Amino acid sequence: MVKGREGERIRLYTRGTVLGYKRSKSNQYPNTSLVQIEGVNTKEEVAWYAGKKMAYIYKAKVKKNGSHYRCIWGKVTRPHGNTGIVRAKFKSNLPPKSMGARVRVFMYPSNI
Amino acid sequence: MAPQQRKPHVCRNPDLIRGVGKYSRSKMYHKRGLWAIKAKNGGAFPKHEKKVADAAPAVKPPKFYPADDVKKPLVNKRKARPTKLRASITPGTVLIILAGRFKGKRVVFLKQLTSGLLLVTGPFKINGVPLRRVNQSYVIATSTKVDISGVDAQKFDDKYFGKKVEKKKTKSEGEFFEAEKEEKNTLPQDKKDDQKSVDAALIKSIESVPDLKSYLGARFSLKAGMKPHELVF
Repeated sequence: MVKGREGERIRLYTRGTVLGYKRSKSNQYPNTSLVQIEGVNTKEEVAWYAGKKMAYIYKAKVKKNGSHYRCIWGKVTRPHGNTGIVRAKFKSNLPPKSMGARVRVFMYPSNI
Repeated sequence: MAPQQRKPHVCRNPDLIRGVGKYSRSKMYHKRGLWAIKAKNGGAFPKHEKKVADAAPAVKPPKFYPADDVKKPLVNKRKARPTKLRASITPGTVLIILAGRFKGKRVVFLKQLTSGLLLVTGPFKINGVPLRRVNQSYVIATSTKVDISGVDAQKFDDKYFGKKVEKKKTKSEGEFFEAEKEEKNTLPQDKKDDQKSVDAALIKSIESVPDLKSYLGARFSLKAGMKPHELVF
């Protein structure tokens, strides 16, 4: 990443919240997480986001690759229910501390 | 009879039910006219001599028979093609780059290269994006078009953007450390000239449209309340 110009802050992602893992009443399946994307309220609106990449970004004490920030990549797989919640699969399962935490939903791979 | 018009031939022996024809063997012999062909040929059915097949060259029995039959790989008729270009992307379209060093920049599309990547330019003077390749999936096509007729993008292809192969010569210790640093950072002058020549024609057509220059200079960002799935680009 070029650090020369630290000028405009540009957001090219939509904010999302991790709600938890896919689950039934007493069993949870951590390989799929449920994510609430800001501004998306119906199953039909989710169709635009299908396949879009997401990143869960967190901080750690030890520097890796020159940064304290680390990331788990994933993507939107399918809608979950009728009200705009989304199922997502990540490269490695999200840690339980991510519940309630922010996730970035990017606009790529784009189809527009 | 007209030479090329033939009535589609009706079946000589229609089925009464499946497997049973209307006419008997002897009746069919008569209908087919085999008696006439025989009569024309003097009482016997015309024969022609068998062609003598060339004697196959003597092959020695092979020394080695493999234990199991060797499987042949399946025929593969796929052709390598560049990625299908979205209908919304035509030469001269303004694209928004979504990721990478130039994310958010609005950029002009020139052409699709044979690898499938899109050739794109800022223009450099306007927003700092040089001639560059970009993947179609990391780009949003807007409905804004720029007139690209004055631009000649023929000479650019994937090889132009490939990494330069450096000749390995110096191996002696003293020179080793010095030589490495020399050629890495400067852009060759001919690439700079290419950029200028492509941009010259583009900038003219951009300046003829009001506000287009500042539009291309500004970056795209999502703001509060903007929902990408509702935006029309």
